Amino acid sequence: MSTDTDAARVADLAHTVVAEHDPKQVPLTEFLGACYDAGLSWVNFPEGLGGLGVSRGLQAVADKILQGAGGPVPLGLNPMGYGMAAPTLREHAQTEELKKFFLRPLATTDDIWCQLFSEPGAGSDVAGLATSAVRDGDEWVINGQKVWTSLAHRARWGLLLARTDPDAPKHKGLSYFVLDMHDPGVECRPLRQMTGQAEFNEVYITDARVPDEHRLGAVGNGWAVAMTTLMNERSALGASGSRRGAGTIEEAVQLWASRPDLHTPVLRDRLAQLWLRAEAQRLTSERSRVSAGAGGPGPEGSIGKMVGAELNQKIYEFCMDLLGPEGILYHSYALHGANEDGDWRGPIQQRYLRSRANTIEGGTSEVMRNILGERVLGLPGDLRADSGPWKDVPRG
Amino acid sequence: MAEFSFTEEQQALRAAVRKFCSENFDEATVRRLMESAPAYDPAVWRRLGSELGVLGMAVPEADGGVGGSLVDQAVAVEEFGATLACGPLFGTVYLAIPALVACPASTERDELLGALVEGERTAAFEPQPVDVSGGKLTGTAPRVVDASAADVLLIAARGSDGPGLYAVDLAGPGVRREPLVTMDLTRPQARITLDSAPGALLAGPDEAERVITHAVQIGSALLAVEQVGAAQHLLDVSVEYAKSRLQFGRQIGSFQAIKHKLADMLVDLEHARSAAYHAVWALSDASDDPALATSIAQAISSPALSRIAADAIQVHGGIGFTWEHQAHLYFKRAATDAALLGSAEQHRGVVADLVLDTAIAHSGAVKVAAG
Repeated sequence: MSTDTDAARVADLAHTVVAEHDPKQVPLTEFLGACYDAGLSWVNFPEGLGGLGVSRGLQAVADKILQGAGGPVPLGLNPMGYGMAAPTLREHAQTEELKKFFLRPLATTDDIWCQLFSEPGAGSDVAGLATSAVRDGDEWVINGQKVWTSLAHRARWGLLLARTDPDAPKHKGLSYFVLDMHDPGVECRPLRQMTGQAEFNEVYITDARVPDEHRLGAVGNGWAVAMTTLMNERSALGASGSRRGAGTIEEAVQLWASRPDLHTPVLRDRLAQLWLRAEAQRLTSERSRVSAGAGGPGPEGSIGKMVGAELNQKIYEFCMDLLGPEGILYHSYALHGANEDGDWRGPIQQRYLRSRANTIEGGTSEVMRNILGERVLGLPGDLRADSGPWKDVPRG
Repeated sequence: MAEFSFTEEQQALRAAVRKFCSENFDEATVRRLMESAPAYDPAVWRRLGSELGVLGMAVPEADGGVGGSLVDQAVAVEEFGATLACGPLFGTVYLAIPALVACPASTERDELLGALVEGERTAAFEPQPVDVSGGKLTGTAPRVVDASAADVLLIAARGSDGPGLYAVDLAGPGVRREPLVTMDLTRPQARITLDSAPGALLAGPDEAERVITHAVQIGSALLAVEQVGAAQHLLDVSVEYAKSRLQFGRQIGSFQAIKHKLADMLVDLEHARSAAYHAVWALSDASDDPALATSIAQAISSPALSRIAADAIQVHGGIGFTWEHQAHLYFKRAATDAALLGSAEQHRGVVADLVLDTAIAHSGAVKVAAG
């Protein structure tokens, strides 16, 4: 079937969903359920799993119609669900029934998902993680501590990477599970960050139990499964608005335009440089979308993630320098979550502080450069001090 | 003709031009030609025109071209940039041919365009005007790329009835041509002094500005693509070196200091490629403001190639500073291209004029905490 025919079919289905389940009238979960049933949640997924088996690029056709009619941006409502869990489940869940069991409530946002990879002792080196999974009959018993888990307190399910074989080299001893966040052995505590907010959680796992059928991929193959998740995360983090001038740069240009009293030629040139960098990255994202075609996210996503993160920081630094003494005030350090309008991001000063995490979360810029160097350019890896059994690798 | 989507024909064209370049513009040949006069091989140039048909790919068939698109032309130019192909590409292909395509038809224009596309003649282009009176041009063009060997100079001139674009026979009367020593020997220049030199009018006061602007925009986009070709070559060469060079018992590419530098070069290259081809597509299908798209391309591609050329030398270490290594040829091309058709700073200024000075603040779009 040609792409044009597929595009027409996707558009038809989206118009039907909107007509029969007006997102401005029906409950959110009904609308998203209708999208799932019509195969519009992830058009590249197989039919019956929220997809139509067509090119991934056609998702934009569906989203334009669905969101144009007032539908939500689902990635914003269930980010780990849509961005990471869905592609991982689709590829690695053990049965079709399990895929359906997980995917529809994920799509409707009845089930929020979180990701349990990072640990206090395993940040960039996440494959060195220590949380253990020990087999007990048809179940696994989980013990350990995870960190930087957003939405853990609201999540129904967690994507868990745990060590099943401490005697194997670190990448080979991992397995991947879906953890029930309602298990009595799971405890979430908010983790306060430099902005004053608690956007993330620490998750303490004590003798939590996971049925073996909730394992994704083979025992010992967790790292390969995690790569599915991480590549999708990076491509989601790196995806920028396709409209010229949209995104963080728009905030800076708006601030600039609203404060002609603060203009100087030097600041103008600095903003022009930032605008050009944002535009170059926007065009590069467009180009890699075209060249990726029907394929999944590739290493180009690492360019977008890295550039986007560093650009965010530089743009907010520009905003602070533009504002000068006005910028060094703050709205409040009272511990809070989202601001009153539901916006996590707050005033420009909070965004400036928050942007420090951009070059750390989802892969530090240093790791991103290693990925670009090794996976895209084919450069040799670094000398390693962690090649033996995991239990013998120095940690600290 | 979706943006950034190359057809099978364009991929075949790329392969054909690459093969031609590897056979005719290998490093030894480029080095020999750049120290010859003229600094190219006229027979090879004619083959580019008549055999490959890659000198005027976007010229309509009615004007003696192949009726292709600017994307086709760009694909060929990228390969020329990768090998530093010798010949008057800048003057003839990037500027003179697009200018002539935009000029109204006339015997002079049609014959010259046909000869340039076929590679039978070559041209240089100068947008800074000299004086004209009664069809005779007088003035100095201090630095004209490719004018040292070109047959014809297309030059702007201003007379009592306004601006015009003229063709001057560089072997004709009233023309003094002084070849200059250029930093980049593969891109020669000459000083041209005109003293009542006869010129054939190609575009009069009603059209000259449009024609010249069009030529400079096409030229800017193609120059950006040339920069992409050169940058890709330098990255390829640098990556290969980082894999093969051993120090401290290891491949130097395994050191993050080198690996991260190469990763940054990759990002700059990919950004330049996106911006350059966006400009090419914008000029092909009018999908974007040509002034903005070409200034974006030049503002991004020039610093990208300059940085990549500098870092290529650094990655190579001492060998990269020698005459025998090819890095300096590209470094000099980078410096040259960055200065031609406007510096990155000038283009950034255009972008700022177009997108920052015109921005309108929406109330409440940005919240600033006030303590």
